[in-house]
Amino acid sequence: MIAESLYQELILEHYKHPQGRGLREPYDAEVHHVNPTCGDEITMRVKLKDGADGGRHVADVSYEGQGCSISQAAASVLYELTVGSRVEDTLQVVDEFTRLMHGRGQVEPDEAVLGDAVAFAGVAKYPARVKCALLAWMAYKDAVVRSS
Amino acid sequence: MSTTFDVERIRKDFPILSRELPGGRPLIYLDSGNSSQKPTQVIEAMREHMAAHYGNVGRALHVLGSESTEAYEGARDKVAAFIGAPSRDEIVFTKNASEALNLVAYSFGNPICTDERFAMGPGDEIVITEMEHHSNIVPWQLLAQRTGATLRWFPVTDDGRLDLSGLDELVTERTKIVSMVHQSNVLGTVNPVAPVLARAREVGALVMLDASQSVPHRKVDVAALGVDFVAFTGHKMVGPSGIGVLWGRRELLEAMPPFLGGGEMIEAVWMDRSTYAPVPHKFEAGTPPIVEAVGLGAAVDYLTAVGMDAIHEHEKELTAYALGALKEIDGLRLIGPSDLADRGGTISFTLPDIHPHDVGQILDDVFGIAVRVGHHCARPLHLRFGIPATTRVSLYLYNTTAEIDALVRGLHHVKKVFG
Repeated sequence: MIAESLYQELILEHYKHPQGRGLREPYDAEVHHVNPTCGDEITMRVKLKDGADGGRHVADVSYEGQGCSISQAAASVLYELTVGSRVEDTLQVVDEFTRLMHGRGQVEPDEAVLGDAVAFAGVAKYPARVKCALLAWMAYKDAVVRSS
Repeated sequence: MSTTFDVERIRKDFPILSRELPGGRPLIYLDSGNSSQKPTQVIEAMREHMAAHYGNVGRALHVLGSESTEAYEGARDKVAAFIGAPSRDEIVFTKNASEALNLVAYSFGNPICTDERFAMGPGDEIVITEMEHHSNIVPWQLLAQRTGATLRWFPVTDDGRLDLSGLDELVTERTKIVSMVHQSNVLGTVNPVAPVLARAREVGALVMLDASQSVPHRKVDVAALGVDFVAFTGHKMVGPSGIGVLWGRRELLEAMPPFLGGGEMIEAVWMDRSTYAPVPHKFEAGTPPIVEAVGLGAAVDYLTAVGMDAIHEHEKELTAYALGALKEIDGLRLIGPSDLADRGGTISFTLPDIHPHDVGQILDDVFGIAVRVGHHCARPLHLRFGIPATTRVSLYLYNTTAEIDALVRGLHHVKKVFG
């Protein structure tokens, strides 16, 4: 059934057991994003650090929010995909995820870049829900810009 | 069900109810509070008008113009009779209920209106309620901002009733108008008009009712209610979208300034001034929603033929059934009265730890059940209950107990998916 392609097991798992949830110190930037059409909201903090390879790395992403399973699971998956990674790699994931979400279900996702976030591919077929999936990712992008 | 009301026969009048959704799901439409479906009688009346009679109204002298004018004004007669308006001239056709509410709000504090009842400035007060749709909040906020008047509101009790305990402190000599919803679009609560009206009369305030959710579902008689203004909309009462109604007492409508300026609302125009047409045309600038009015007239005929009392009785039985059936859903929190007294067939609820958008998505995708999820344009009311959103089921004459059974099955499934 259609819903089962939207509510992948991985999404439900992250919704029921969110990873990295809660606001933590220290942080470089904090942002608050809302989705006015459905009232979903997220507060996100990002802490960056210099890595051994000379690049900037994500030290921590912490968040609090309320909303539907899609928006909350997206934040949890984002936490797992970003913390410990190079900032520029995570921004590549943001771009690929955004491209997938705006693809109306016609875009073939790049699994190598997206990792677990590929589970959200089904959301792209539901225009009303795309903003739910993007909320955390847009907040992250904003927070990274403010951290730099 | 009563012997005179045959829901299966009614359903045959609504072609959309027999359509299939993608994947072969049948449609279970539980979102009539958002917008109702249309019977063949309305669809055909509109088609017939466009196919055989259409012309502009009020100005064309040819056959089509006069047939269209007759149909348009005939719709006004039908609506007037339907709500017990003392005069057909008290029926103003608007775009929707929001426009009707805005029209009245715009009349206050307006320098081109000299009637003392519509004067408004700092120190004057406007009273609404915490259970209003945004369309009965924002126009009054704008009015308060324009004039410096103060906006106040009745609170809502935990069981979703209007809290009238502070009536005499809230509605005072400073109050110019009380505007309240007749039946809540979230709670289903039918508000008591008489005590508020009595207090308003004591202090010389006007009273307006947003009847968008009551006129489609029960016999509403504006003369019996005794208020000053009533707003409602066509698309929630098996009529088309694009047309709403403002009923107002004639002498008030006559005292009010025009709202929109344009063709058909004038008597004579000079380059520097105009005089205005008598009511209701003073408020109907430009080409009106002609075909929509014909459709609304047909809708009124349809509802009258079925019988408003029979519709009300059917919905009451459905509501009792639904309230009972929803009790078996573990953890379901009803937002609104749990008893049937002064309550319509709008039922809003939350499920623990499951967001309404997820509820609505599963009900739609898996079962073809259309409900509304979100704050239903009543965000302050949701804030009052400390929740961002609810799932809302709204029933109408064509709904059945079998559809409520399907809803309950659907909610059990939702709980399984997210449990």
